[in-house]
Amino acid sequence: MDTTFFMPPSYLDQSPAVAERFARLRARPVVMEVRSLTKRFPTTGGMTTALSDVSFQVHRREFMCVIGPSGCGKSTLVRILAGLETPSSGSVQVDGAEVRGPGADRGMVFQGYTLFPWLTVKKNVMFGPMQRGLGESAAEVEAKQWLALVGLEKFADHFPVQLSGGMKQRVAIARALANNPRILLMDEPFGALDAQTRAQMQHYLLQIWKNVDVTIVFITHDLDEAIYLSDRILVLKAHPGEVREMIEVPVPRPRLPAQFGGLEFAATKARLEELIHPKTEAKLDELPMIRLAQAGDDVE
Amino acid sequence: MRDLFAIRKELPPAWNRILGVAAFALPLLVWCVVSYVPAVWHPLIKIDKPGGVSWFSAGLLVDKPVFAMESARAVAAGKARPTGEPANPVFLPAPDQVARALYTAFTTPPRLEGEQWLHQSLWESIKTIFYGFAISSLIGVPLGVLCGSYAFWARLTEPFVDFVRYMPAPAFGALAVAVLGIYDAPKVAIIVIGTLFQQILVVSNTVRKVDPALLEAAQTLGASRRSLLLHVIVPSSLPDLYNDMRILLGWAWTYLIVAEVVGVSSGITFFINQQAKYRMFENVYAAILIIGFIGLGTDQVLGFLGRRIFPWKDPRPSRFRRFVLELFTTPRTLEAAPAHEKPVA
Repeated sequence: MDTTFFMPPSYLDQSPAVAERFARLRARPVVMEVRSLTKRFPTTGGMTTALSDVSFQVHRREFMCVIGPSGCGKSTLVRILAGLETPSSGSVQVDGAEVRGPGADRGMVFQGYTLFPWLTVKKNVMFGPMQRGLGESAAEVEAKQWLALVGLEKFADHFPVQLSGGMKQRVAIARALANNPRILLMDEPFGALDAQTRAQMQHYLLQIWKNVDVTIVFITHDLDEAIYLSDRILVLKAHPGEVREMIEVPVPRPRLPAQFGGLEFAATKARLEELIHPKTEAKLDELPMIRLAQAGDDVE
Repeated sequence: MRDLFAIRKELPPAWNRILGVAAFALPLLVWCVVSYVPAVWHPLIKIDKPGGVSWFSAGLLVDKPVFAMESARAVAAGKARPTGEPANPVFLPAPDQVARALYTAFTTPPRLEGEQWLHQSLWESIKTIFYGFAISSLIGVPLGVLCGSYAFWARLTEPFVDFVRYMPAPAFGALAVAVLGIYDAPKVAIIVIGTLFQQILVVSNTVRKVDPALLEAAQTLGASRRSLLLHVIVPSSLPDLYNDMRILLGWAWTYLIVAEVVGVSSGITFFINQQAKYRMFENVYAAILIIGFIGLGTDQVLGFLGRRIFPWKDPRPSRFRRFVLELFTTPRTLEAAPAHEKPVA
């Protein structure tokens, strides 16, 4: 008789296929190397440390999510990676070259879309290629290919103001990819979208990532989103922002929405919750007992 | 009725129309009452027949007490009683007189040799404004864009500009005449001085409002500094700069009236002053109204063009255009109009 009890799997248990995939991933060359990054801001009460000694590596064609509670400095981190802010100490290297400011090798997609409102969709996508010296017609050919990839060829001559949020963000992704960046940095890109559009966009993004040779670093505060999308999840803790853990997501690829209920998924999510909201329940108990609803039956 | 005074709520279309008409109708009504109802003001008597008063003549305006005193004196001396009717002072012509003057001012030949027809005066004023505003913009817009983009140029320019802009432009009048002569040059100079320094500050402020996120996005797309200026800052702030220009053009008209009395008086100001000397106040009002019409007209034309030039920016029609549209259309057609601007799915 089989005497084994049912044990929930740990997030550390990887199926042989997944373990093999991670072995291959680790064998790939390192695209971005972050070494003991620290960022301090002057504030009224002295200096605040936003990031403290953050180190990690991103391998080629990896999809990495950065997650953490608010105030953990994940936005600061991605802005430093993009070169929009300078670190107080530490370094960021892309393909072995030190990052010293914004550059076309690191594309970025912002939460607020940041499309150029005076340019049509097509011209927005042409912006990067033309900056690197491509002629208008060559840039247009390239732009059309990228718009086809995100399924927006029909809207090439629309202005951004005429598009919905999800479409704007697809244009922003096409615009960033048109520069053939080594790394695509995404700062909560789907944060402003409604749940349905967001799910669609996650699916789109995985398709794009599959078809394009690009490495993605994706900031989010949504645990499901992080698990659904990424190979590895970098978990930060707040005050100061430090690396808590680097999790290898044991969910097999290709990812499907059905896996949201899967065992690997649940185990990973449980671990993330443990890391990010360890004291939530205790805090609820400490709430003062005021204004509790009397008509509890009405809402069951 | 309560809805009409709700804070920050659109008015019902019918009320929009009514209030828009009332905005002009109410002042006109006050003017009509003062002009046509003798009991309201009419402090003077316009002499009809001088009677026995030796210094009265037909058409003369005298104060009511003076008229009463003189007619009493004439009656006491056994002479004929003078007659007349209540009238307003000559500086307050009735609406119909001004309305007529709007036409006749153009058809009346100049009284003196060397004086100009009204349309010539207007054209001269418009030319002065154009040159003054063009010269000011040629310097002010590029400088303002530089100041709004580079801290270096802002720090080097703005303290001095801030200082000069407090000096009233008319104060430079005598200096401008001494340096530039008495004809058109000093007038243009006054408009330039009056406009330029404000323009630099207004333009640099507008340029500073360019969304920094757009600049960052452009940087991550590999834009150089030069490219940020030419391909992000300038196109992004153009619609707002265009609107700034519309407002500044209004200021230029204000300085025009000062500029035109510098040196040899000229243009519409000369016309107004001459008509006032001839005591043809209906022509004075007509000329002032025409300036108003030209100002409103140019502004509306520029606003209309602006919406054609910048189709990606706020596609709503202007308040005035909406008002005119509402006057001649049913509310339904107006709502249906901007449908193509709605987001596509």
